[in-house]
Amino acid sequence: MPLFMEEVQKELHAGLPDVKLRRVLNSLLLENPKDLPRVALFLKQSPKFRLDYLSSVTGADYLDSLESVYHLYSMALKRGPLTLRVRVPKNHPEIPSLVPIYRSANLQEREAFDTFGIIYKGHPDPRRLFMWEGFEGYPLRKDYQQEDVDVLEAADITWLASRGIAIPEDMKAKAAELAAAGKRALVGKPEKPRN
Amino acid sequence: MPNIIETKKLDGSDILEINFGPQHPSTHGVFRMIVQTEGEKIRGLRPIFGYLHRNHEQIAENLPYAAIMPYTDRLDYVNALANNFGYALTVEKLASLEVPERAEYLRVIMAELARIVNHITVIGFMLNDLGAFFTPLLYAFRERERILDLFEEVTGSRLMNNYFRFGGVKRDLTALHLATIHQIVAKFPAFLEEFETLLSKNEILCMRCQNVGVLSPETATNAGITGPVLRASGVNYDIRKVDGYSIYHRFDFKIPLGKKGDVYDRYYVRILEIRESLKILEQALAKIPQGEILNKKTVPFIKMPRNFKPPVGEAYGRVESPKGELGFYVVSDGTPQPWRYHVRAPSLINLTVLEEMCLGQKIADAIIILGSIDIVLGETDR
Repeated sequence: MPLFMEEVQKELHAGLPDVKLRRVLNSLLLENPKDLPRVALFLKQSPKFRLDYLSSVTGADYLDSLESVYHLYSMALKRGPLTLRVRVPKNHPEIPSLVPIYRSANLQEREAFDTFGIIYKGHPDPRRLFMWEGFEGYPLRKDYQQEDVDVLEAADITWLASRGIAIPEDMKAKAAELAAAGKRALVGKPEKPRN
Repeated sequence: MPNIIETKKLDGSDILEINFGPQHPSTHGVFRMIVQTEGEKIRGLRPIFGYLHRNHEQIAENLPYAAIMPYTDRLDYVNALANNFGYALTVEKLASLEVPERAEYLRVIMAELARIVNHITVIGFMLNDLGAFFTPLLYAFRERERILDLFEEVTGSRLMNNYFRFGGVKRDLTALHLATIHQIVAKFPAFLEEFETLLSKNEILCMRCQNVGVLSPETATNAGITGPVLRASGVNYDIRKVDGYSIYHRFDFKIPLGKKGDVYDRYYVRILEIRESLKILEQALAKIPQGEILNKKTVPFIKMPRNFKPPVGEAYGRVESPKGELGFYVVSDGTPQPWRYHVRAPSLINLTVLEEMCLGQKIADAIIILGSIDIVLGETDR
């Protein structure tokens, strides 16, 4: 669909000249995240495109920055897709919410917040979607540390032992070691991401 | 039984907050909602997700591309073939792979059979929720069984089919299989007639379903509702027609539309969609050519999946799954595993409007509204 994208880019240049755009792969990257609602509203109302259907909202982790990716279609004109991207730094991941324009973003933005920690400003119900309240960390980020399933925590060992369940000696030793070091049972990930 | 959380008095009337699910048969899995009721009327509804969450996306990001295929079966486990279809389509887009002619036909035949399985299952369970306890469901399951037997023979599994491969399918259909499908297609209208005689004009069904849970086309579009729920509201949007992916543009079929967007329309649109699927099947069976079933380029990767490395890039592929638009977003960094893998689950997004449809309705109606949206928790929670 690169042709459709070029068309949109041209129209955006004419309609909203102060919005900075850049092409990344098959998508348009908005340089300034604050432009997002303006651009979305423009594309939704523009008679030429009428992108009235926001299909998918998702996040992505590119190590030094987080991205939010939007796939827009037109149900009225049966065209699309247009992929919009917004890039934000990892330490300050704030993007304006699209819920006032497209209600379909509601649950999907909550999901992206849950898994990537992207904060959607102006979301009516900014809670985690899948994980429970009080869960720490964002599981789809590349630096997320998973609990080691092969190592039991000291508390688990005592709980199991009190119920008469046999536990291998090496597991006990490793758990005691971790408890002495004041650590939870976490597995170290390689310093560098793969590739 | 639902247990009561708290009672509050508001404007002199009693608002009762009730917890519904997650362990309740009519939630179709482990879906939970907090319902605020005033007498029999619903005044508020808050869905709570995540009871079946397993971080499907993270699991997939640590696997070679080919190994994700069986995991997609577990998304919407009622019709695994549609999930396979979406994922295979996306990776083919990413790696610019072509699919042989015969394989395209096999894909369409299997996907349409899966759609029929899904729709009769949904209708059966919806009627179950209505109080037609298991009789229509078992009628539907009798027919479903014939198709599942075929799936088992062809793919090796009744539900977790894992049938699609990048650039083709796993196994060919023999002449005997095609004859069996012919028979299924020929017998199916008679079953639908029987089913409809018993149900479609049934007074109780009409009274319970008509004008319940009405969804306007504007809200449906804005909230990203897709699939039969959208078409029941009268919006003509079927990805098989719009994108014409695979070889769907070659077939002649109609898109059934509802008028009001109530529960009855959603029920009836599904019945009509089964008829259209039968039409597609008939055409596909008549035209299916002989030939390869797998692209020659991908054959070596069957034994060495870690050698399959799509070029750097991104792709968004979508199919008309029986639940709605099933989209896959895959970003490749040139390694054997995807850098980013996302599933756009129709079951989850169709729940955006659940509260709006239920407000002001009776408690019993909320159950059938949920049933008519057709959710599968494997896909909702991922």
